[in-house]
Amino acid sequence: MATRPLTVNGKRVSITVDDPDMPLLYALRDDLALKGPRFGCGLAQCGACTVHVDGRAVRSCVTPLSSIKPGQRVVTLEGLGTPQNPHPVQRAFIEEQAVQCGYCINGMIMEAAAFLARNRRPTETQIKQALANNLCRCGTHARIVRAVKRAATA
Amino acid sequence: MNTHFKTTRRDVLKGGGALVVSFSFGAQAGDALAQTAAAAKPLALTEVDSYLAIDAKGMCTVYSGKVDLGTGTDTALRQMAAEELDLPLNRIKLVTGDTLLTPDQGTTWGSLTIQSGGVQIRQASAAAKAALLEEAAKRLNVKKEELSVAGGVVSGGGKRIAYAQLIGGKSFSIKLDPKQPVPTKDPKTFKLVGTSVPRVDIPGKATGTFTYMQDFRVPGMLHGRVVRPPAMQAKLESVDEASIKGIRSAKVIRQGNFLAVVAANEWAAIKGARQLKATWSKWEGLPEQSKLYEHVRATKVAKDEVTSTVGNAAEALGQGAKKLAATYDFAIHTHGSIGPSCAVAEFKDGKLTSWSASQATHTLRKQLAQMFAMPVDDVRCLYLEGAGCYGRNGHEDAAADAALLAKATGKPVRVQWSRADEHGWDPKGPPTLIDLRAAMDGSGTVTAWESEFFIPQSAGGFLVPLVAATLAEMPYEKHIAPGNIIRNSDIPYKFANVKTVCHRLESTPFTPSWIRTPGRMQNTYANECFMDELAAAASADPIEFRLKYLDPADTRGIEILNRLVALAKWDKRPSPKGGQSGDVVKGRGVSYVKYELVRTYVGVVAEVEVNRATGIIKVPKFYITHDCGQIINPDGLKNQLEGNIIQTVSRTLLEELKFNRSAVTSLDWASYPILTFPDVPDIAMDLIDRPTMPPWGAGEPAAAVVPSAISNAVFDATGVRLRSIPYTPEKVKAALRGAA
Ligand code: FES
Ligand code: FES
Repeated sequence: MATRPLTVNGKRVSITVDDPDMPLLYALRDDLALKGPRFGCGLAQCGACTVHVDGRAVRSCVTPLSSIKPGQRVVTLEGLGTPQNPHPVQRAFIEEQAVQCGYCINGMIMEAAAFLARNRRPTETQIKQALANNLCRCGTHARIVRAVKRAATA
Repeated sequence: MNTHFKTTRRDVLKGGGALVVSFSFGAQAGDALAQTAAAAKPLALTEVDSYLAIDAKGMCTVYSGKVDLGTGTDTALRQMAAEELDLPLNRIKLVTGDTLLTPDQGTTWGSLTIQSGGVQIRQASAAAKAALLEEAAKRLNVKKEELSVAGGVVSGGGKRIAYAQLIGGKSFSIKLDPKQPVPTKDPKTFKLVGTSVPRVDIPGKATGTFTYMQDFRVPGMLHGRVVRPPAMQAKLESVDEASIKGIRSAKVIRQGNFLAVVAANEWAAIKGARQLKATWSKWEGLPEQSKLYEHVRATKVAKDEVTSTVGNAAEALGQGAKKLAATYDFAIHTHGSIGPSCAVAEFKDGKLTSWSASQATHTLRKQLAQMFAMPVDDVRCLYLEGAGCYGRNGHEDAAADAALLAKATGKPVRVQWSRADEHGWDPKGPPTLIDLRAAMDGSGTVTAWESEFFIPQSAGGFLVPLVAATLAEMPYEKHIAPGNIIRNSDIPYKFANVKTVCHRLESTPFTPSWIRTPGRMQNTYANECFMDELAAAASADPIEFRLKYLDPADTRGIEILNRLVALAKWDKRPSPKGGQSGDVVKGRGVSYVKYELVRTYVGVVAEVEVNRATGIIKVPKFYITHDCGQIINPDGLKNQLEGNIIQTVSRTLLEELKFNRSAVTSLDWASYPILTFPDVPDIAMDLIDRPTMPPWGAGEPAAAVVPSAISNAVFDATGVRLRSIPYTPEKVKAALRGAA
């Protein structure tokens, strides 16, 4: 058993694990009871598990816990904003009603938020490219693109 | 209507069905009170109390057997109830898919949640409101006609009384008779229905506070992972339990050919399942994929179902001046929910509680009771929303896995399927093969239409066997349940001679089930493509050609096509377009459906670009006209239509389950690709709202017309027909070569 310190959503936490190579996703969901990051494939193919590590969008399902340094900032959907005080990207998704089942939406918002932080005025094509590795089965893409555009112009 | 209100012990049930870990429900041993209370909540479809209750604070709880599969119906059903009861939306609480509390309104399928489930709730709400008004008239001593309601408060004669005072905590005890519908509100007075009320679940889903099935936990729970056979019907020969010795708390559970690992934490269960060594027998009972349709054609026919006959098609075909024949096929599809199936189960005092994202908790309950040979009353199934569900996918199977493991370990167990479990083991949309023939006279008028659909039979009922029950050799009913796949094999066009037959095949390679628009998509695909072939053979504009044969009395169908002409700025001319040079050619195609020939009308135009060098088809634009009668939530409807179109573009262009002789080999998103952002079409819509008409379904019909619109557009662009879904670049290139 090993204890790993982490900084998640601005808080210092420590997680006790048998296997330090356990993916970050399970630490967030099972040890910290966070519901934003979602299990979709475990293969870095869908994006449902996306979180930010030092502002970069990463696939937490294939990120070993051991690769995260204690000082690195892990941010999940919950850390981005709350229903009362949503992040501009979250607000845009709510305003555009850019959700069907919403299972992919964690990944869409986290990916888009990291993307918009580096590219403030993207074109529609750039938005679609930025989200090209995030899968949605419900076909909410058109709304998601509108939401990201809205967030970009907010 | 009988309107005396009874006191019940419903308050004992408070919290039932909510997403809390510690709620008490059902009957604990010796808890007679809870038992009485549970029995006291009516579930009959003919009781107002089955659908709703108003508590002492004036909160109305609506109980719906239809669940929200990610389509927004939790909001729409609230709108319908709130409208009829004259309550604000935030005074409606909704409980769905709990076998102890919600009536069995049937599986959430077939685009029926609003059309059937919502209308039942609307009826109950209208009956409740009428009773409340009657009671208010008595108590206020004011004539019923002089009363008005706002925000759950009845006013009249300068006096006021709230619903809570009239009924709070008591039951309505009113019977509903579907043959004598209760009068409902005049649509002209609607305040909520017909408006784009924002969905109640979206803020939580966008901020990580919503609890999906996959987030649900119970104290003391173990995590389970299944280890499915590498060949679908292989037998488990031996298991090397020592192979997972190094993983703390991991334990092997085996029953027959059912194999799983349980552990105290999720990662240990995952590692255990990956690491576990087992030997299985060989099995190679699947057909060769490259010969799938030969296999389908050669499968024994269990029975023929003639879905329409007009005149004598065989004779008329023999006499036609011009004859056409074509064969279409449609690949095996997987549901591919973005979140793999997940369930939690607990056995306590001989009773089973199952939490899952099942679209049919009442059915699942029967199946689980049968599997464990226990009384149905001792099983409670509760619904929690999972990832988008487009039919009977793996949720029920995960529920059975969890129940088996809970029984074996004596602890609550959560089972989360892996991506490979989901792709490999959810039931599939069966392969479909369709032969069509038609004849025309010298003037290009269609004189005969004949079609044959090779599709699996429905045998038994609608119980898709639970994988765990089959592997563990526990009791189950051997139904073949592909869904209602014969609909729309018959056609909306009035030809002099028609015969449409479904050859219901004895078997199909994979356990079948229904996936969005089951059968109706495949059948409409073949019919609408072949209709386009006839239009081209007659050198007619494809929309005018359709209009020529629609029943003139079916004005809603005619309006759909006329409005589509305007929306898409349709250029009236026959296909193909012709005269295009260069690698990339453009075309447009139309398709039309009257869903199941009795409800929702949809017309679409697809615009495509076909690259003749690479074989890649792009679909930049879709136009859709849609009439589902009364629209409950226009934005919710648009969301569904976008979803239907985008998902079906994906199914049409990309999707095909791959397999070898032993098992599915499309076990991830790389081997079963779906449409991604750069390839998503832009969609223009014209929604026809008919507030005075019944509300019809919108979750499926629009998907029915997408494959044919694309095929027809490709023909318009290239002059070549694509008749085999999916339209991969290889198939496109082969078709172009064949025509050259
Ligand atoms: S769950 Fe991590 S990418 Fe799919
Ligand atoms: S909204 Fe359901 S997967 Fe994207």
